[in-house]
Amino acid sequence: MTLQELSHQKIIILDGAMGTMIQRYKLEESDFRGERFAQHPSDLKGNNDLLCITQPGIIEEIHYQYLQAGADIIETNTFNAQRISLADYHMEELAYELNLAAATCARKAVDRFQNENPTATRKFIAGAVGPTNRTASLSPDVNDPGFRAITYDQLVEAYSEQINGLLDGGVDALIIETIFDTLNAKAALYAAMEICENRGIEVPLMISGTITDASGRTLSGQTAEAFFVSMSHAPLFSIGFNCALGAEQLEQYVQVLSKHADCCVSAYPNAGLPNAMGHYDQTPDEMAELVKSYCEKGIVNILGGCCGTTPDHIRSISNIASHYQPRKTAIHV
Amino acid sequence: MKPEAPKYKIRLSGLEPLLATAESNFINVGERCNVTGSKKFLELIKNDQFDAALAVAKEQVEGGAQVLDINMDEGLIDGVRAMTRFLNLIASEPDIARIPIMIDSSKWEIIEAGLKCIQGKGVVNSISLKEGESDFISKAKKIKRYGAAVVVMAFDENGQADTLERRIEICNRAYRVLVDQVQFEPTDIIFDPNIFPVGTGMEEHRNNAVHFFQATQWIKQNLPGALVSGGVSNVSFSFRGNNRVREAIHSVFLYHGIQHGLDMGIVNPSQLEVYDEIPAELLALVEDVVLNRRDDATERLLDYADKNKESAKKESKQDLEWRNASLEDRLSHALIKGIIDFIDEDTEEARQKYGRPLHVIEGPLMAGMSIVGDLFGSGKMFLPQVVKSARVMKKAVAYLEPYLQAEKDELRAAGGTASSNAGKILMATVKGDVHDIGKNIVSVVLACNNYEIIDLGVMVPAEKILEAAIKENVDVIGLSGLITPSLDEMIHVAKEMQRRKMCMPLLIGGATTSRVHTAVKIEPHYDHPVVHVLDASRAVTVVSSLLSKDQQKEYVAGLRSEYSKVRENYATQNENRSLLSLVEAQENRAKLVFDNTTIQPPLMPGVHVFSRIELSELVPYIDWMPFFQSWELAGRFPQILDDEVVGEQARQLYEDAQNMLEEIIRESSIEARAVVGVFEANSEGDDILLSNGTTFRTLRQQTKKAAGQPNFALADFIAPKDSGKKDYVGCFAVCAGYGVDELVKTFEQKHDDYNAILVKALADRFAEALAEYMHEKVRKEIWGYDSDESFTNEQLITESYRGIRPAPGYPACPDHLEKQTIWELLEVEKTIGLSLTESMAMYPTAAVSGYYFAHPESKYFGIQKITKEQVKDYASRKGITEAEAEKWLSPVLI
Repeated sequence: MTLQELSHQKIIILDGAMGTMIQRYKLEESDFRGERFAQHPSDLKGNNDLLCITQPGIIEEIHYQYLQAGADIIETNTFNAQRISLADYHMEELAYELNLAAATCARKAVDRFQNENPTATRKFIAGAVGPTNRTASLSPDVNDPGFRAITYDQLVEAYSEQINGLLDGGVDALIIETIFDTLNAKAALYAAMEICENRGIEVPLMISGTITDASGRTLSGQTAEAFFVSMSHAPLFSIGFNCALGAEQLEQYVQVLSKHADCCVSAYPNAGLPNAMGHYDQTPDEMAELVKSYCEKGIVNILGGCCGTTPDHIRSISNIASHYQPRKTAIHV
Repeated sequence: MKPEAPKYKIRLSGLEPLLATAESNFINVGERCNVTGSKKFLELIKNDQFDAALAVAKEQVEGGAQVLDINMDEGLIDGVRAMTRFLNLIASEPDIARIPIMIDSSKWEIIEAGLKCIQGKGVVNSISLKEGESDFISKAKKIKRYGAAVVVMAFDENGQADTLERRIEICNRAYRVLVDQVQFEPTDIIFDPNIFPVGTGMEEHRNNAVHFFQATQWIKQNLPGALVSGGVSNVSFSFRGNNRVREAIHSVFLYHGIQHGLDMGIVNPSQLEVYDEIPAELLALVEDVVLNRRDDATERLLDYADKNKESAKKESKQDLEWRNASLEDRLSHALIKGIIDFIDEDTEEARQKYGRPLHVIEGPLMAGMSIVGDLFGSGKMFLPQVVKSARVMKKAVAYLEPYLQAEKDELRAAGGTASSNAGKILMATVKGDVHDIGKNIVSVVLACNNYEIIDLGVMVPAEKILEAAIKENVDVIGLSGLITPSLDEMIHVAKEMQRRKMCMPLLIGGATTSRVHTAVKIEPHYDHPVVHVLDASRAVTVVSSLLSKDQQKEYVAGLRSEYSKVRENYATQNENRSLLSLVEAQENRAKLVFDNTTIQPPLMPGVHVFSRIELSELVPYIDWMPFFQSWELAGRFPQILDDEVVGEQARQLYEDAQNMLEEIIRESSIEARAVVGVFEANSEGDDILLSNGTTFRTLRQQTKKAAGQPNFALADFIAPKDSGKKDYVGCFAVCAGYGVDELVKTFEQKHDDYNAILVKALADRFAEALAEYMHEKVRKEIWGYDSDESFTNEQLITESYRGIRPAPGYPACPDHLEKQTIWELLEVEKTIGLSLTESMAMYPTAAVSGYYFAHPESKYFGIQKITKEQVKDYASRKGITEAEAEKWLSPVLI
């Protein structure tokens, strides 16, 4: 069974938030460091991706919980695992290894789940490729709008290293997600397409942008439609939106993609909007009720959750989605 | 069933999409950002004038270009660098970046540099088979990977295609390679089958246009999905110098090109004649040439061109083109652009067209203002523009006023009422306070959004505010204040509203107000909504949420929980804040060295009055940054003038300010006066005792300090009495507000809030400049301790000189009451006519007063929080009741 085939059978369920789940373990600096990084010169608490090496059991367990909740695809814990973001922790050189380790954690969870549930459909691992902490089309210096803190070439290089690690670790797909600057994502796609050509393989490419606020635009200023057009040169398995907004606010933009896209359309919103304390309080049932509208309108092929979502959210979404047909795509296998 | 995805002939994007369908019109590509085609643009790039180069781009977008062509191919410039820099700058100009980019270069490294800068899907212009198939394939693959469409020139290893057959041969071959081998999307392939000049007099050029058309047609019929484009101005190359004929040729060429399937072209939209408007004679002559219909076509067109050289000069298109638009469009244009010149005549036209004056306001005028509101809300317009828009609106409404009144009278006679607006808002600066720039700006912004504003002005007692609110049946009350005692007055208003069982929401705004103060000190006294409004841009959202039936409940609930959290946090913070006892703090006083190097007797002791200071002398001392802040334009000066987001507005505002400044100086419509004095003094405890019997009372920091850090009081900067050293202290009061009210009134009478606010903001700047100017005079001449200092204005603004001039009511000496002491000592009211209100605000506004300390170690600090113990001590030293001291010191009292 391929992802493409699965997409004709059902609305594919993606997992939920990794960070929210990690928080539940209330890990301390020493937990993040483990033995190997006990002497590392900078603070490591908050470097969630590092847990794939120092606390692999926890990451595997979270993946496993999402699989139990009904996820068809789990995302590797690699949102910041490229050398640009890792520079914050002085861990640039760990980029490749982290991605390899993250893919391994995910693989173990999938193997365990499939062994325990031999009749279940195949589960997939998507290598998560985040936006980095730099923007290629915006200047961080208000007095010099022509300045850039990162170049396209640096992004391609960093993304290539990450993607190589993920592919070597055995991921089934790549998901370039939480795209706030389309140029960053174009660099990631460039890296992915180049690597696939060099390796002579085809890997399903998933794209997920982020509409920052009610303006309906990405942080770098594009409308949903312009974002779609800017990504349409690549052979995509899916395109969608995640993060920043709750399901209710996100729906209109997902609808835009649904109107244009030949490939699958995905959505994994946050559990509502954050409250004044920065917490998400949408319950699993509330969220599922909102994404039900996506299913009824037939605008999605893939559903999941972003910030604030938990296995319970994914379970509710999966239950609701199982009653509906996926959106019809132009591509038939 | 399979959903039918809309079919587009091409999809490109900048910040916004360009989705062209088969029915879409010809796509204009703006051609002027091209160093090989435009001398002007080349000069700009060569001289690094990228701002002006951006203006060229912007002009084209505004002129209707749908794609922007950019070419940096010039031997004398670094094309990779210029392309990168220009595209990066464009990315920060949303007005330009909204359309797709065409990266135009014959050098691959420049193309690649360009592709690395654009987030949208652009077009590469161009690649060809010139260097052979493998080179072509490798470039096409990369372009695909970067995500762009591509222009393919009809060019191969044997040269450029100049016949129909060669064009077809090359385009066909390129298409097959791209589609079959590179898997290039056919709708991303754009052929340029070479536009060559016609009317050159050479036999072999006569069919140049015809062959282009035929090739276009063949491509459209035989290469599915592919598009055709071309550089149009080439065709008229031999008629350089005769724009009339050239423009006609372009139009004719495009007309027939489009008939044959031409999809897009590089053109100068302002150099196009409308096909239907070409005079019949010229049209026939041009078509003869373009379509090669007569052997003598070229000669005949040249004859015509010679004869008509005189009339070839086209009337320059005026900026007044918008005057030709429909009435509604003119009105909204005037409102959005803030153009006041034609508003009376347009309003009159609207009045006649719409019948009732109210319909004019609620119809086209409100429609225009709601666009302004949206643009402001979405950050596309800035405050100064909005205030200008409001000025146009006010003028239009003023024009309609007599008609409205007449109608009201009629209605009243008939027993009806007429009123319709989003809500009624009462605005006032509270008792004791005279500052109103912020309040006026908020009023203007709210009025723009169709709220009726009842502005009670400044120094309004609670009584009057509440009575007016009840009488006028307002929906919201907005209070403003700048000085700290106003905070207490606001609490008083809130308590009074509660006592009178009023229920309209209360808005709190102004420089000293804060969300924390509102939540902790005001909100608990009033059962109905109390909201702190941070700045004018938030006002509309706040008011509309408060008055919306749908949102109100949720909004207020959110607010309440937010404010209660703020209170909790505040309480926790305060618990954690450990203060020293007054004695402990005094023991940890700053112990400075007092000797000949740090103490200098004044050259000119006593009081000095300056009853007329030349304004022009103050101009160099003006610190412009706070001026821009008062208009909610954030940034450092002068960099703000080139800011990517607010630069244009900042420049416009600065220009207006400069003009106003000149006018004020020329007309002497504002006066500046000052009084200063330096006196012998010693400190005793926390007091400063002057030898003439006056005493300044100072307050001491009580927060726990790190080791070696003293707990400051201003008294520490003066030699203690027991040191036996004679020391000195100074004080001052300056004001640049004389005449401001009168000047403001003349603008208000003209409904010109923009200039009214501008005058006030400038007067404030003058006052600060005056304080700086006087301080320098004191340091150099009067006190004379720094007679050889020489600082740039920037250094003055950053206060790099010796000595400080703290002001009562500000962090180092939060007690406003101390102003009274200065007033008595310098006889401020008598000498320069500056008075104090009951809240110790200075009137006229645009005034500054304070102390001078000369010790090299003296520095600005904040008192932060003090204990009741110190308040009690302070009250007894000052000879006032504890309750009164608490009232004045409540902002710093823990």
